[in-house]
Amino acid sequence: MIFVALKMLIGDRLKYLGLLAGVAFATLLIVQQSSILVGLAHQTGSFIRDTAQGDLWVMDEQVRFSQDSLNLRDTVLQQVRGVAGVRWAVPVYQGFLKARLGDGTRATCILVGIDDATLTGGPPSMVEGSLADLRQDRAVLIDHDAAPQKLRLRNAGGHLRYNDRFDINDHEVRVAGTYRASKSFFWEPVIYTTYSRALSIAPAERKMLTYVLVKTQPGADLAAVARDIHAATGLTARTNEEFAAVTRDYILTETGILVNFGLAVGLGFVIGVLICGQMLYNFTLDSLRYYGSLKAMGATGLTLIIMVLAQVFAVGVLGYGIGIGFGSLLGKLVGNAGLAFMMPWWIPVIAAIAILVICAVAAVLSLTQVLRLEPAIVFRA
Amino acid sequence: MITASPSRSDSPAETSALAIRCRNVTKHYGSGDAKVIALRGIDLDVRQGELMMLVGPSGCGKTTLISVIAGILDRDEGECSVFDQDFSAMSQRARTLWRGQKIGFVFQAFNLIPTLNAAENVAVPLMILGESRAAAVRKAQDRLAQVGLESRWRSYPNQLSGGQQQRVAIARAMIHEPKLIVCDEPTSALDHETGHVIMRLLKTVALQPDRALVIVTHDARIFGFADRIAKMDDGRVVKIVDDPNHLHAEE
Repeated sequence: MIFVALKMLIGDRLKYLGLLAGVAFATLLIVQQSSILVGLAHQTGSFIRDTAQGDLWVMDEQVRFSQDSLNLRDTVLQQVRGVAGVRWAVPVYQGFLKARLGDGTRATCILVGIDDATLTGGPPSMVEGSLADLRQDRAVLIDHDAAPQKLRLRNAGGHLRYNDRFDINDHEVRVAGTYRASKSFFWEPVIYTTYSRALSIAPAERKMLTYVLVKTQPGADLAAVARDIHAATGLTARTNEEFAAVTRDYILTETGILVNFGLAVGLGFVIGVLICGQMLYNFTLDSLRYYGSLKAMGATGLTLIIMVLAQVFAVGVLGYGIGIGFGSLLGKLVGNAGLAFMMPWWIPVIAAIAILVICAVAAVLSLTQVLRLEPAIVFRA
Repeated sequence: MITASPSRSDSPAETSALAIRCRNVTKHYGSGDAKVIALRGIDLDVRQGELMMLVGPSGCGKTTLISVIAGILDRDEGECSVFDQDFSAMSQRARTLWRGQKIGFVFQAFNLIPTLNAAENVAVPLMILGESRAAAVRKAQDRLAQVGLESRWRSYPNQLSGGQQQRVAIARAMIHEPKLIVCDEPTSALDHETGHVIMRLLKTVALQPDRALVIVTHDARIFGFADRIAKMDDGRVVKIVDDPNHLHAEE
């Protein structure tokens, strides 16, 4: 009778396509919004992952995310270098500074100063110039891909390019190279220079050291080294993953994007329940006369349950597949456009569970009608 | 109370075994002020090999009686057995299974599933009984040939005329060789000529010596096909007519 159930379902093309579209749309909405949320959450840690040459980040314990600069005493660097298990430790400066581009355009940028001697903590890959070019006079590095949007010359047209000169905090600098980094959640362009140059550009403060990037000895216990650093300096040492997680959690909870995207995912679920539940319920109502005939002709309650479940299962599986397919396609397009989209394995699983719930609700609504049906209905005109 | 037992001694079916035996069957719907008594003590016998018609005005209880006989509606009181099987003694599931094996249905509105073709519609009772689709459809094609639709087995209901749809419905009612076929107004949606074709089919193909046909109808034009007619009014069988042509003339 599964054959009969499926033909009843597929035979009415319009309703069938409507049901499929409902499930597919719900799946797409759940998958797409979840994937964008995960992508955005992932992008909050881009700077940390791109600067992950070390094992630990030493910072003030009040730091809530990667751009939250709470500077440290300069002496901390030497204290950290003295902790057992530390192979090397380098300073990192990070601060939000005002830049004035060649045509007068103003922009806020994140200036990152990396160790002068080793240039450790620099961007992951260079497009134009080399990391060593930072040793040239007034040299800075800009993000090759982000420059057209984030360092746009609003007055003259175009954007900041290799070899251009501009001011940061009224200090002239020159683009000595461009780098390629991961897409970041944070809007402000990241400009790299050396630590000492960063300190000369940035407004003078009593404390100018933002982070100490630490590499541990091979085989060292990261947790133990972090504890020792804390004991020696009173500061917190976080692994790259821990720092990325702290940043992600802060952004998700403090900016409201979790609530917004959560609402969109919830909306997808509710739309799915309403559309699929309603359409399947209507489909069953329209078919009640035939279910009544089948019941009169000897179809047991179990047979009718199997028929309805077969219909719901068919719609659910196919609609889910279409939704995941479109979701992946959309992700590919969005990803190519450089927007946040990341679909780990558990998003399709969660979507599958949501669709299962949607289909179960639809099935229960339909079965309530079918099982309550008096077969004598078939003799009523 | 009128007992619809054979009254003519020369009736060819007089000595036949009973297919249906109803005694003092009552049925009501609703309660209190809304209570409607549909059957008020029905006594009715239908013999094997007999085509019995139930006739009467709307609301007289014909459909309720046929529903009770077919086991799709519970009676309130009385006895009713179909081929010696009393539904009230059976579980719901056993009753449904027995109905699937022993009873065929022909409905006024045909009730063919619009998304199944003619052969698949006819095959449904066999599929309900667990037969494979391929085997059921093969048998369905043979049945369709019996009702003159061998070339239309791929057609969907909306591609068939009313008469052809009813022929498909008859083939469906016969395919599992039920002992009893109940028909609800099988000709009311058809023109006179098509109605006669359908009745000839029912009488010649569906009716066998060991089976019975019960037909609910308003259509006086087909009374002549009945072996006997039970005339109903206000929930009672008020008259058993052994000469249907006589009733036809009366109507």
